[in-house]
Amino acid sequence: MSRSGIFVVFYFFFYLLAQVMFFKQLVLFNTSFCFLYVAFILLLPIETNPLVLMLVAFLLGFAVDIFYDSLGLHAMSLVLVAYLRNYLLATITPQGGYDAGEGPTLASNGLQWFLVYSLPLVFVHHFVLFFAEAGGFGVFWFTMQKVITSLLFTMTVMLLLQYFSFDRRR
Amino acid sequence: MQRLLNFFYEYRAFFTFLLLELFCVWLLVENNQYQSTKFFNSSNRLAAGILGFSQSTREYFSLRQINEEISRENAQYRSRLDLLTHTTGTASRDSVRRFEYVSAKVVNNSVAQFKNYITINRGSDAGIQPGMAAISTFGVVGKVKSVSEHFSVLISLLNIDEQVSSTLKRTGNVGTIQWDGTDSRIANMLYVPRHVQPYVGDTVVTSGYNAVFPEGIIVGIVQDVKLKDEALFHDIRVELAQDFRRLSFVKIVKSRLKSEIDSLESVTIGVAK
Repeated sequence: MSRSGIFVVFYFFFYLLAQVMFFKQLVLFNTSFCFLYVAFILLLPIETNPLVLMLVAFLLGFAVDIFYDSLGLHAMSLVLVAYLRNYLLATITPQGGYDAGEGPTLASNGLQWFLVYSLPLVFVHHFVLFFAEAGGFGVFWFTMQKVITSLLFTMTVMLLLQYFSFDRRR
Repeated sequence: MQRLLNFFYEYRAFFTFLLLELFCVWLLVENNQYQSTKFFNSSNRLAAGILGFSQSTREYFSLRQINEEISRENAQYRSRLDLLTHTTGTASRDSVRRFEYVSAKVVNNSVAQFKNYITINRGSDAGIQPGMAAISTFGVVGKVKSVSEHFSVLISLLNIDEQVSSTLKRTGNVGTIQWDGTDSRIANMLYVPRHVQPYVGDTVVTSGYNAVFPEGIIVGIVQDVKLKDEALFHDIRVELAQDFRRLSFVKIVKSRLKSEIDSLESVTIGVAK
């Protein structure tokens, strides 16, 4: 296994444990959740095979589900994100294409690009997650409030982490 | 045939996606079915161990409040003991024989999701089985959903799928308690007909009609009553007796006569087809 492969396995468990031991307890105002583990799928290298991407997303979502007692819920949302990711990446390719071997990170492509990339995907993830959990559109506005506040929370934490790793690379 | 295979190969990403999503939906539906013994939930040893570690770290911050609760519970038991030693106590012997209690510690709990579950640190080795009731010192907590050897997962009262048969203590009318997914302190009481007059402050207790919960366990207190013009039932908001954000110990109720009641009912009424 290559060096980056080992890092990927490490990050997998890092995001999983951080999610279930720390961020699971961190719910703001009873509506705002932080699902940081989405970042793992978002930040995998650009040239990752879409099949591998979806399988990894399924595994991570399934593992998170075990801790949340919501079998299938997180897995479903995350597989959807993994599927849509590559289409979005192809659509918003910057001029001159992506650098080989670079991940779709803030450091390599800039803040504006990263927001255009991550915001829709995280929104789709949260939207599917909360409405599937609510079992339909019964309490639409309350669920929507959960989606939006969680989107803000997750994006804030994700961007902060990106800036930390940004500095380390310099 | 060749073209068909080519077609599948060309769109392999989409078909893998479809397959995985269908599998997830199946899991989701399967998991929502009631009461089962399954491996893939937080009652399996590794998951419960990790959650227990994280819980024991957080517990230090609420030790004072847990202490208070336990001492209050102690006081309650002491007064009940006084009562029992002063009276002959024949009246309650019947219910003592019917139910047995197992105390357990909460390992994992949530209140902010739509479907909340509680993991506790006792399992089948303590005699817990799916379908048993869970209560606390303050009131109703939930039902056991699945069990492993040392841990169990409870379906919390704060779960939009959970319903508890209950009565208004003052009038004796039966209704159903169900949470609507928003406020963790408030649940709705459904199906109380409009000829009944519930008042704010009425106590809501379990009805004992389903042989899961013992009769008369407090669910909460009526906080708000509304009656729309053409509605068949009242809209009753009930403030739950148990604050689920502070849940640290639960008691599992083992109903000794449950199988007897169930089999008797199925003989008399007939099994639903």
